[in-house]
Amino acid sequence: MPTMSVIEAIRDALQLEMARDERVVVLGQDVGALGGVFRASQGLFERFGERRVVDMPLSEGMIVSSALGLALSGLVPVAEVQFMGFTRQAFHQLTVQAARYRFRSRGRFTASLTIRSPFGGGARMPDLHADAIEAQHANAPGLKVVMPACPYDAKGMLLSAIRDPDPVLFCEPLRGYRGWREEVPEGDYTVPFGQARTVREGSDITLVAWSAAVHLAERAADRLAEEGVRCTVLDLRTLVPLDVEGLVRAVSATGRCLVVHEAPLTAGFGAEVVATIQEEAFYSLDAPIARVAAPDTPYPPGTLEDTFLPNEERVCRAARSILAA
Amino acid sequence: MTSEVSAQFPVGAEGPNPVRVLAPDGALVEGAAPSMETSEIEEAMRLMVLSRAVDERAVGLQRQGRLGAYSPVIGQEASVTGSAMALDPARDWVVPQYRELPAYLHQGLPLERLFLQWTGHVEGGHIPDSVRMLPIQISIAAQIPQAAGLAWGLRLQGLDAVVVVYFGEGASSEGDFHEGMGIAGVTRAPVIFFLQNNQYAISTPRHSQSAAPSLAARGPGYGMPGHVVDGNDLLAVNAVTQAAVARARAGEGPTLIESQTYRMGPHNTSDNPARYEDPELRARWAALDPIDRVERYLVRVAGWDQSRRSELEGWAREEVERAHRVAMELGGNRPEYLFEHVYADPPERLLRERGRRLGGD
Repeated sequence: MPTMSVIEAIRDALQLEMARDERVVVLGQDVGALGGVFRASQGLFERFGERRVVDMPLSEGMIVSSALGLALSGLVPVAEVQFMGFTRQAFHQLTVQAARYRFRSRGRFTASLTIRSPFGGGARMPDLHADAIEAQHANAPGLKVVMPACPYDAKGMLLSAIRDPDPVLFCEPLRGYRGWREEVPEGDYTVPFGQARTVREGSDITLVAWSAAVHLAERAADRLAEEGVRCTVLDLRTLVPLDVEGLVRAVSATGRCLVVHEAPLTAGFGAEVVATIQEEAFYSLDAPIARVAAPDTPYPPGTLEDTFLPNEERVCRAARSILAA
Repeated sequence: MTSEVSAQFPVGAEGPNPVRVLAPDGALVEGAAPSMETSEIEEAMRLMVLSRAVDERAVGLQRQGRLGAYSPVIGQEASVTGSAMALDPARDWVVPQYRELPAYLHQGLPLERLFLQWTGHVEGGHIPDSVRMLPIQISIAAQIPQAAGLAWGLRLQGLDAVVVVYFGEGASSEGDFHEGMGIAGVTRAPVIFFLQNNQYAISTPRHSQSAAPSLAARGPGYGMPGHVVDGNDLLAVNAVTQAAVARARAGEGPTLIESQTYRMGPHNTSDNPARYEDPELRARWAALDPIDRVERYLVRVAGWDQSRRSELEGWAREEVERAHRVAMELGGNRPEYLFEHVYADPPERLLRERGRRLGGD
């Protein structure tokens, strides 16, 4: 089995699906001859031509709204927004317009479109690129929010996203684009939405995360293991749909839970996770649940990123204090 | 010596004169020929009279509390009907804002479905499969780039289809308008941007929307022609739109049309134009009623007399009653509708929430 990085896995999914389904159209800024700023679409323009791999004008609102129109016409668009922070320019067209076509038309019109975007910080990006705004999209009924953490999931979940009849925001872990390699099967396979992944199992505490924060949770779990603490690490994989059952099972098994995410604390998706556990598994808990998140400040310049983002030390400290409770 | 400023586009004090075919007295202007057969003009008359009858009845129902907010078409009937009738409903698409009733009817949308829309029934947005029209758009201008994408996508699939998207002069201030024009220009999408300049966006007058002397002048900025047409002239609107449709079908790309008209009614039933409307402006436009103008033409060329219009109005009132009755027979919304068509495969948590709500606890 070949090994692939996240970006190679995404590229593989794109080329497979374009070859399988001629309705698939890839569009975005610089996705053509350049192959995308992160090379996710490298080779597609040469292979599938300018009608199916389209360099778009510099406007995220235009990219998403045109993609929506393409979907309404019967095509299956996969649009790239170069950075998650810039999905805001398309927020209305994605979270209200695309997300509600099915509902507003009682099923006559559906928006089978995928918006891909690199997610998360830690790459020393310029201002406004790296914000983790997944919770804002998770609050938009009709939209699915998908957050793979590894190359295997990136490929299998992107194929699921493109084939999904509803709009999907597909958040890619930017930090792992090139560095994280693992074995990824060649050819077609899908990873279904709404099924959390147990990354490792341990009986003392459950660390819940998604996207790049899963790797942080794993590193913290390694350190805690040296202290004799056995962690379960649960990767939610998709925020919408949320695997409530899997989450409850994983937390009930240890009775202790720490949620880790990159977004600012207030109204981050961690709040949803904690509230869900409280509703569904309160009597299984042995200690209050804690969150490790970014502070409620704007995303800082890269030189302050390490202070802003959750890190191993903060995760370990929070886990220890839950274990001491 | 001052350096010369070069390559400056002129900023005129006035926009171009609108295209006109039919004079207010119902005579063809010199050298003009109608782009529609007499039978088509009679069909247009039928749609326009029906639209006005709907306005009257809907406003009445709203005042009785039996209908939600309603946006009358009155004054803009020729603008909507003339443009819609340049389309072939068997292959072309209409992308609405919300004040284009005759266009929906021409596409084949049953009138009863509109009553469902205005009474807040979820089925109001359910466009029948055979009707090439998107649901009414309430968020101003959001439909414009979607229409461009739709037209582009239809063309990519090799379909012989043209899209007309409706919006107002207020919508042309939104970013979505400019994004839709931009992508349509670049992709040469077969879409017609039909801007109904009805002089007010709720209370905000035309001159407060833009300092551009003509809204049609924005077309060339996006690589497409812009036309100004007398929006109260059915035949002029139809001729200009037909030319744009032909251009789009030939693969030559999009067109912007500014249809200059006047909203004789309120923005919607909660609005009060007396607080902002210029009475002189209103009086000038009132003399240019679009239905009267076509009637005068038909009197001249097709032997119409007073009885034809009254017969049509009688038929329209009956049709409105019929549609309203059919719509009301469907009954109100049921609670389970809330949970339908949110996703193709609803998340487990949504199904549980549905069970709780509908189960009564």
